[in-house]
Amino acid sequence: MKKFLCMFLCMVLAMQALTGCGGKKTGENGVVYVYNWGEYIDPETISMFEEETGITVIYDEFDTNEAMLPKVEAGASKYDVICPSDYMIDKMIQKGLLAELNFDNMPNAKKNIGAQYYEQSKGFDPENKYSVPYCWGTVGILYNKTMVTEPVDSWSILWDEKYQDNILMQDSVRDLFMVALKLNGHSMNSTNKEELEAAKNKLIEQKQKSLVQAYVIDEVRDKMIGNEAAIGVIYSGEAIFTQRQNPDLEYVIPKEGTNVWIDSWVICKNGENKENAEKFIDFMCRGDIALMNFEYITYSTPNTEAQRLIEDEDIRNSKIAFPNLDDYENLEVFRYLGEEADAMYNAYWKEVFSN
Amino acid sequence: MIRTGLKRIYIGLIFLFLYAPIFTLIVLSFNASKTRAKWEGFSFKWYISLFENEAIIQALQNTLMIAFLSALIATVLGTMACISLQSMKRKTRAVLIGITNIPMLNAEIVTGISLMLLFISLGVTFGFTTILLAHITFNIPYVILSVMPRMKQLNPSTYEAALDLGASQLQAFFKVVFPDILPGIISGFFMAFTMSLDDFIITHFTKGPGIDTLSTKIYTEVRKGIKPEMYSLSTIIFVTVLVLMLLVNYTPKKK
Repeated sequence: MKKFLCMFLCMVLAMQALTGCGGKKTGENGVVYVYNWGEYIDPETISMFEEETGITVIYDEFDTNEAMLPKVEAGASKYDVICPSDYMIDKMIQKGLLAELNFDNMPNAKKNIGAQYYEQSKGFDPENKYSVPYCWGTVGILYNKTMVTEPVDSWSILWDEKYQDNILMQDSVRDLFMVALKLNGHSMNSTNKEELEAAKNKLIEQKQKSLVQAYVIDEVRDKMIGNEAAIGVIYSGEAIFTQRQNPDLEYVIPKEGTNVWIDSWVICKNGENKENAEKFIDFMCRGDIALMNFEYITYSTPNTEAQRLIEDEDIRNSKIAFPNLDDYENLEVFRYLGEEADAMYNAYWKEVFSN
Repeated sequence: MIRTGLKRIYIGLIFLFLYAPIFTLIVLSFNASKTRAKWEGFSFKWYISLFENEAIIQALQNTLMIAFLSALIATVLGTMACISLQSMKRKTRAVLIGITNIPMLNAEIVTGISLMLLFISLGVTFGFTTILLAHITFNIPYVILSVMPRMKQLNPSTYEAALDLGASQLQAFFKVVFPDILPGIISGFFMAFTMSLDDFIITHFTKGPGIDTLSTKIYTEVRKGIKPEMYSLSTIIFVTVLVLMLLVNYTPKKK
């Protein structure tokens, strides 16, 4: 036992020696606290920002909007810049957590971010006062051309009995209901009981006919690459990656319309470095920086300057990465619907799964 | 005959279920492709990029440091608690042990959020220290749990005899009591070490910006897909533990 303890200590010490000691000092021009999604930035861009401005970035990551909110709300750490998704920004505005931005301090944000993305942002930030779009995408149907030969242009294919046990649906309440609501021609932000009831019945029908192979989130990617299913509901950002791995896959935005999601930079009201925060956001909006981040994350960038700089022609002109939003009708962003509506959605969701 | 056959199948199944997931992970760590769906050949590239990835290495270092320190401190505090518990009246002891057991049965999220609120109200800055304090807190009950039974088996007369023979109280403890409870202390230390290594929820709520342990780091990668570097890191940890276990069990004991 003693020997074991001894060896164990040696191992810990060796690990320490191997990894060396880190720790950051405060930069000459202060600090900025950034709270972003995991793997959602090219680390190189942070070093560049630190070098050019003399501001130290203290960087932290979260895995879901829901995990981020309580930490920010409790005020445990005073973050300056955060990158939440659309409906969460809506919620944070309503809770009074966000500070208004001064676009005069952010010329790149004003100049480089395409107008159509600010337009879409109005769904959750009506006056474009609080947020600067960072990444965006659509939700659509990914299908395998070897298994689906007919043309796909509608959500209704997810109810086609030919593809029994061959369909992948999203396993999150709003994404799942979005499909059924859109198919029925309703808004995906609906709080109307009858519309939700109809959507629920549609989903139960789909489940009872055992059309759905699985309700998944990330696994869509790997399952579709591995030819394990014919059709899947997927985020456009993942679609490009899956196509590179498996050229048989094709992505479409259904004609009934879909969800446009946007993750945007916002500044927290209780942060202490607003000036540095605006510098950080503006730096991320610079064309070359946005391009680096696009290549790292591979989710669509709203930065028109970066779009122009993309070298690979296929990607620059890709209809998946950069669809012209004006070509589609009924595109929507998720809104925060309030606690009552959230509870209603959850109740219907449970009903779908208990059937 | 049939019975031994069935027994073998049964134990085979147990090992299969225990180790199949780990084995899958080890195999995938050598896959040149980023996705699990395709095998693009054998490669060490994730191992190389693992050691080039500062964020992961930093997280590993934090994890080991916190696990080691919190287990050490919790072991000292827990053992001290056991000594005083032992000398209490039966009733008080029962009540106090009950109280120390509650944090173990409590849902982790409750512990995590309460600690976060406590730190906020005390105005502590979140960072390494808060994680360490939180880990010490939830580790102490495990130490008590494993030291207490040893303490109960002690014959109180030996300690008193040592005092009678002229040892000071401290000497009597270290010469007589300590060697007897040592196995309990060591297993308490390791239990605390692994609990701390494993923990995600409490760490998530008590950590500050710019510091990550392995578990929180891996969690943030969920949305974009966990990087294969994590597979190789897990493989290294698994192999290290395996080798350590083999060494401990196979070195001949000197007596």
